[in-house]
Amino acid sequence: MTILVIAEHTNAALVPATLNTVAAAAKIGGDIHVLVAGQNAGDVAEAAAKIAGVSKVLVADNAAYAHQLPENVAPLVATLAQEAGGKGYSHILAAATSNGKNILPRIAAQLDVDQISEIIAVESADTFKRPIYAGNAIATVQSSAAVKVITVRSTGFDPVAAEGGSAAVEAVGGAVDAGKSAFVGEELAKSDRPELTAAKIVVSGGRGMQNGDNFKHLYALADKLGAAVGASRAAVDAGFVPNDMQVGQTGKIVAPQLYIAVGISGAIQHLAGMKDSKVIVAINKDEEAPIFQVADYGLVADLFEAVPELTSTL
Amino acid sequence: MHDLELSEEQRMIRDMARDFARREIAPKAQSWEKAGWIDDTLVTQMGELGLLGMVVPEEWGGSYIDYVAYALAVEEISAGDGATGALMSIHNSVGCGPILRYGSQKQKERWLPSLASGQAIGCFCLTEPHAGSEAHNLRTRAELKDGHWVLNGAKQFVSNGRRAQLSIVFAVTDPELGKKGLSAFLVPTDNPGFVVDRSEHKMGIKASDTCAVTLNDCVIPEANLLGERGKGLAIALSNLEGGRIGIAAQALGIARAAFEAALGYARERIQFGKPIIEHQSVANMLADMHTQLNATRLLVLHAARLKSAGLPCLSEASQAKLFASEMAERVCSHAVQIHGGYGYLEDYPVEKYYRDARITQIYEGSSEIQRLLIARELAHYDL
Amino acid sequence: MKVLVPIKRVVDYNVKVRVKADNSGVDLANVKMSMNPFCEIAVEEAVRLKEKGVATEIVAVTVGPAAAQEQLRTALALGADRAILVEANEELNSLAVAKLLKAVVYKEQPQLVILGKQAIDSDNNQTGQMLAALCGYAQGTFASKVEVSGDKVRVAREIDGGSQTVELSLPAIVTTDLRLNEPRYASLPNIMKAKKKPLETVTPDALGVSTASTVKTLKVEAPAARSAGIKVKSVAELVEKLKNEAKVI
Repeated sequence: MTILVIAEHTNAALVPATLNTVAAAAKIGGDIHVLVAGQNAGDVAEAAAKIAGVSKVLVADNAAYAHQLPENVAPLVATLAQEAGGKGYSHILAAATSNGKNILPRIAAQLDVDQISEIIAVESADTFKRPIYAGNAIATVQSSAAVKVITVRSTGFDPVAAEGGSAAVEAVGGAVDAGKSAFVGEELAKSDRPELTAAKIVVSGGRGMQNGDNFKHLYALADKLGAAVGASRAAVDAGFVPNDMQVGQTGKIVAPQLYIAVGISGAIQHLAGMKDSKVIVAINKDEEAPIFQVADYGLVADLFEAVPELTSTL
Repeated sequence: MHDLELSEEQRMIRDMARDFARREIAPKAQSWEKAGWIDDTLVTQMGELGLLGMVVPEEWGGSYIDYVAYALAVEEISAGDGATGALMSIHNSVGCGPILRYGSQKQKERWLPSLASGQAIGCFCLTEPHAGSEAHNLRTRAELKDGHWVLNGAKQFVSNGRRAQLSIVFAVTDPELGKKGLSAFLVPTDNPGFVVDRSEHKMGIKASDTCAVTLNDCVIPEANLLGERGKGLAIALSNLEGGRIGIAAQALGIARAAFEAALGYARERIQFGKPIIEHQSVANMLADMHTQLNATRLLVLHAARLKSAGLPCLSEASQAKLFASEMAERVCSHAVQIHGGYGYLEDYPVEKYYRDARITQIYEGSSEIQRLLIARELAHYDL
Repeated sequence: MKVLVPIKRVVDYNVKVRVKADNSGVDLANVKMSMNPFCEIAVEEAVRLKEKGVATEIVAVTVGPAAAQEQLRTALALGADRAILVEANEELNSLAVAKLLKAVVYKEQPQLVILGKQAIDSDNNQTGQMLAALCGYAQGTFASKVEVSGDKVRVAREIDGGSQTVELSLPAIVTTDLRLNEPRYASLPNIMKAKKKPLETVTPDALGVSTASTVKTLKVEAPAARSAGIKVKSVAELVEKLKNEAKVI
C-alpha cells in the first residue's frame, strides 16, 4: 500500500496540518509519499522530505499550481494516481483545510470514487470514523473504493515529528493550466487575531456580554492570548457582533487547544461548534448553565470582573 | 404535531412564521419588553411578509388564504413573543377586519392596501373606563356639525394605540336609540383632537403599546363614518370569531413556547443524579402540558376551518379562546414550576410567558363573557 | 442566463438529533425537515442575481424522496421559477448526487450552478466540487461574494485566515458559505404563487445514472460524552490550571 498525502503549504512554508495528515497516513500504514504542488516551493519540498515517516516527496513546481487552483491541481493528482499503474496509490489524503476541502472532492470525482470527509480516527486501512450532524453523531464508514480519497481533520491526529525523515525528492511534471480559472487576489484577515477555525485559542462571548461594546473585554483577552474571538448564536442574533463570528452548528466549527466561553449558556447548537476543543473553560455567573457540563474548568463569576482580571494576570 | 389536514401552503406559512419568529423575534423579545416597544423594522418586515394582511384578500393588497393559515401564523409569532402576537392579531382582526366588511369603496381604497401591507397599523377604540364587557354603554359622543363629525370622550385599553396610523372609534350618535344609537368612525391618529394620553404599564405583553386615548373636539369629515349610522354595535361585534381565533392562537403560541422551554430544561437539568424529565412528577407535568396544547390546537383549527368555510362558529371560536387562554395560564405555570427557582428569574423566559399569557383570559372578551356566550348558544343544542 | 440551484432536504437546524439505539443511524422519525441552511443561501444568491437582471431563469433541483417536494416548493416561494425532483428514496453519496446533477446540467445547460457548500446532516462538503469535476467546469467554493460579468464570474472565497478571489469562466459551479448573504423569508403572496409554478419529477434511471456506492456506514454512535470538569474558585487558580495542568497557555 502506498499513500499519497497532498501537502498543505504557502509555497514558502509547509502548513502544520500536513503533519497531522501524515499522522493519519501512518495509522493507515504503508509507504507515505507527499505531493508538493506549488510554485517556487523548494523550501516546502525540503521540509516535507524531513517529515518523519515520509519515504518520497513528489514536487510539481509550476505557475499553474501557485495558488492551488483545483482545476489545475486535481488533474495532476488524478494523473499521478493513475500513472502509478499496477501499484497505484491505495489512499489519497489531504488536510480538511479550506484548500483540502476545495481540491480533494474534485480529485475523487475525476477518479470516479466516493470521498470520505474529515476523518477523526483510523480503524483500519479501509474503515474510518467521521463526525456527522455537526458532531452530534460519529459514523464509522468502510470504503471498498480502489483508491480511498480522504480528508483528515487535524484535531483527530497528533502531528508526526517535522524532523527526522530523509525522503527522496522527485520532480513530477506535465503541468497543464486548464484555463478555466484564474487567481485574482488574496486578502488575509487584517486583524492580528487569527482566523476562528485556525486559531489555537478561541475566546467566545454569548448573550451574557449584554451588548457589542462589551466585547472589548474579550478582544483585550484575545490579544493577550493570540486568540481568535467568536460568539454564540444568541450574541449574533441579538446584534452584538457580526454573524461571521458565530461558533456553532450553522456557524464555524472550531476545535482549538483552548476554548474560553464567556457568558455563554451552552445551547446545544453552540456546543456542536466547539465541543471538540481540547480544553474548555467556561466563565458564567449562572452556575447551572449547561456550558459547565462540558467545561474542563468552570469559573462561576461575573464576567465583567473575571475577564479583565484574567487579562491582567496573563 | 403532524396535521394531515394542513395543505402545503398552510404548512409553508407555519414553517416560515416559525423560522421568522425564532430568528427575528424570540432573541429580541426581552429587550423589546424592557423598551416597551416592538422594533419598527420588525413590524415593517412582518408587513412585507404579508403577516399583517392575513384577513384581507389579494384584491385589496392583502394575503388572505384562510383562517387556518392565520391561526397557525399567529401561534408561531406569539411563540416568539406574546406582545408581537398581540400586535399582529389585533391589527388583523379589528384593525383591518371592520373596514374590509363595512368600509365604502373609497374607504377601502384609502386604507386597506396600506393596512394590509403593514405600512399603516390599525387600532380599535371601543372600551371606555366604565364600559368594558358592557361594550354598548359608551359615553363618547359624535355630533354632526357643518358636514363634520365632532368626537368627544375617553377611550381605554387601546392596543397599538401609539403605533397606529388609523383608529376605528366607536361613539354615540343618537343617545335616544340606546344600543342602536352607536356608530363607528375612521379617525387617522394624527387628526387634531385625537390624543394618546399614556402607555399603560402592564403585567405582561409589555412591548405592546396599550394606551388611553382622549377625543377632544376631534373633527373628522362626515365621510369618515364607517358603515351606516347606528350600526356601531353590530360593527364592533361583527368579527368576534376572527378576533377570538386570533387570541386563542396567541395563547396557544405563548403556552407552546413555555412548554418547549420547560421540556428543554427538564432534559438538561440534573437532580438526584438524573435529568429531571426522568422524574415521574416532572414527566407527568410535561405529558399533561403537551396533551393540553394539542387539544387546544384542535379546537383553534376547528373554529378556524368553520370560519374559513363561512359557517357559523361563534360558540366554537369562544370555546377555543376560553380553553386556550385558561390552558395557557396552567401550562405556563407548570413551565415555571419545572424551572424551579430559575423559572422565577428574568434570566429564563418562562416568567415572561407566564405574565404574557394572563391577558388572553381578559381581552377580546373575558373568560366570563365567553362562558356567557357559549351557554347562550346552548339554547340551540339539540338533545 | 440560466441558474441551476441544487438543494437538499435535511433535518431542521434546530433539531437535536439522537442516535438510534441499534446504532444504525440517527432517529429521523417525526423530526422536522427543512431546506439545508447553505442551500437557502444558494437560492437567495440566485434570486438576487435575477433581481439584478443577471439571471433570467432559476431552476431549483433536488435529489431526494417525494417529500423533498416541500423544500422545492420553498425554493419556488423564495423566487425560483421552476423545480425538478430527482426522486431517490435511499440516501445517496455525494458522487452519486453529483452524477445525477451532471445529467440535469446537461439537460438544462445552465451558465451558473449555485449550491450549498455542505449539508448539515452528512457534513460532506463534496457535491459542488464533484459536479464541477464531472462537468469539467471551474469551481468557486465557499463563496462570500459572487459577481458575474460577461462570460466570467468573480468569486470571493472564504479560506483559512482570510479571503481569496478567483475568476472563473462560465459555465461554472459556485458553492455558498455563510457570509454570502442573509436569506429572505418567503412572503405569503409568494408562497401562494409557488403553488402554481411547475415542478417536474424524474428518476435516476431516466437520467441514465447508476447510484452505486463504494462507501457503507457500519455504525453511528453518539459522541463520547465529555465528563464534567472541575470548578475553579478564582481567576488565579484558573490560570494556574491552564498553565500547569492543561498546558495550553
